[in-house]
Amino acid sequence: MIKTDILIIGAGPTGLFTVFEAGLLKLKCHLIDSLPMPGGQCSEIYPKKPIYDIPSHPEILAGDLIKKLEKQIEPFQPKYTLGESAVSIEKTKDDHFIVTTDLGTRHMAPVVAIAGGLGSFEPRKPPLDRLTHFEDKGVNYIIKNPELYKNKKIVIAGGGDSALDWTIFLEGIGAFVTLIHRRIEFRGALDSVDKVQKLKNKGRIQLITPAEVISLKGEDKLSSIVIEHDGNQFSIECSYFIPLFGLTPKLGPIANWGLEIDKNAIKVDNTLDYQTNIPGIYAIGDVNTYPGKLKLILCGFHEATLMCQSAFKRIYPDKRNVLKYTTVSGVNGFDGSKKEAAKSIIKSID
Amino acid sequence: MSLDITIHLIDRKGISHKLIAPTDIQMNLMEICKSYELPVEGTCGGMAMCASCQCYIESDHILTERSDEEDAMLSEAFHVKKNSRLGCQIQIRSEIDGLKVRLAPDK
Repeated sequence: MIKTDILIIGAGPTGLFTVFEAGLLKLKCHLIDSLPMPGGQCSEIYPKKPIYDIPSHPEILAGDLIKKLEKQIEPFQPKYTLGESAVSIEKTKDDHFIVTTDLGTRHMAPVVAIAGGLGSFEPRKPPLDRLTHFEDKGVNYIIKNPELYKNKKIVIAGGGDSALDWTIFLEGIGAFVTLIHRRIEFRGALDSVDKVQKLKNKGRIQLITPAEVISLKGEDKLSSIVIEHDGNQFSIECSYFIPLFGLTPKLGPIANWGLEIDKNAIKVDNTLDYQTNIPGIYAIGDVNTYPGKLKLILCGFHEATLMCQSAFKRIYPDKRNVLKYTTVSGVNGFDGSKKEAAKSIIKSID
Repeated sequence: MSLDITIHLIDRKGISHKLIAPTDIQMNLMEICKSYELPVEGTCGGMAMCASCQCYIESDHILTERSDEEDAMLSEAFHVKKNSRLGCQIQIRSEIDGLKVRLAPDK
């Protein structure tokens, strides 16, 4: 069981900044995120897009904002459970919460901060008949165990970085890959596009464009797919079909945690501390809603700050506390590091 | 002269909505839908990166051409037709007054 002071669900910008504000109050944080890396949408959807409304950054790339936040929170040694989604929550007798992920990892904390953005990222599934029937029986959206694909016939569909990168990787470990995309143009890193072009030229992979998968065949397991190409339909034998059409956020199981939900967002008390209807569970950033709510990163930072003060009072009801300024108190890392302002030089003039 | 235009939108249940859209505050069709609380997610905020605002253009208005980014996104979206566009890439301008659009399925 992982134990912490504030369990943060969602490692996007708001979740990451929570670690800093909590750290100033000497509260430890652990973050859970369904993505394999921190950053949420900033990392997954638009890392190369500039953001212009982060105070004091006239312009910053979303990916760089995440890197800077990770650097800023480093002294407070956040721990992560990445690539797992929070699915259930239970309350203990002593008012703590136990949150369990889809892979069964259990976390316990007196405070839970949901900073889940628009939800956890799930694969976008193409609208094909019997797709769900073949899930884990030939249809996979995530490549967890590459060895599975060695010497197997695989069809990958998609036109972005994931489709290109996995084509290159799986060909490299001895899979027979057919890559299918609706257009001849791919949206990916130039280097990956070049590599796939070379693999195609050498006959190491089959590339079919513009084409689309229109149906899946097989009994219990997937045995072939039917594609449409140049107005013709034909089938391709394969053991695996991997549709890679990006990820889309879904609020998912959190919607069933007994929290008050309004239009896919969690209702909170914005007059006080962004607490939900369940004491001890807070919701901050894009995942929450209240009158006048704005889904902006800078608003998430503000909400995280107020939430941490409230979390401190919940964890230490008898401790007195006042707001401290980093200009005065510095940043005292859990790793023993200390950042503080240089002392003024006071010298007399004779 | 009014700076507002009218957009006729058919939602996923087939219900028609008459949307009054201002042309002078840099709005796009996805944003107009959200302002009317229609079921358009606009997950990516309007960067042509999620296709949750995909719609079909059903009138013969001449729209600005699709950008490479919009084309790329539509090539990875589902239920795409020849008249598919991303609402976030359609700016509200006086030239599209009377535009008729239908929301694409979201599943």
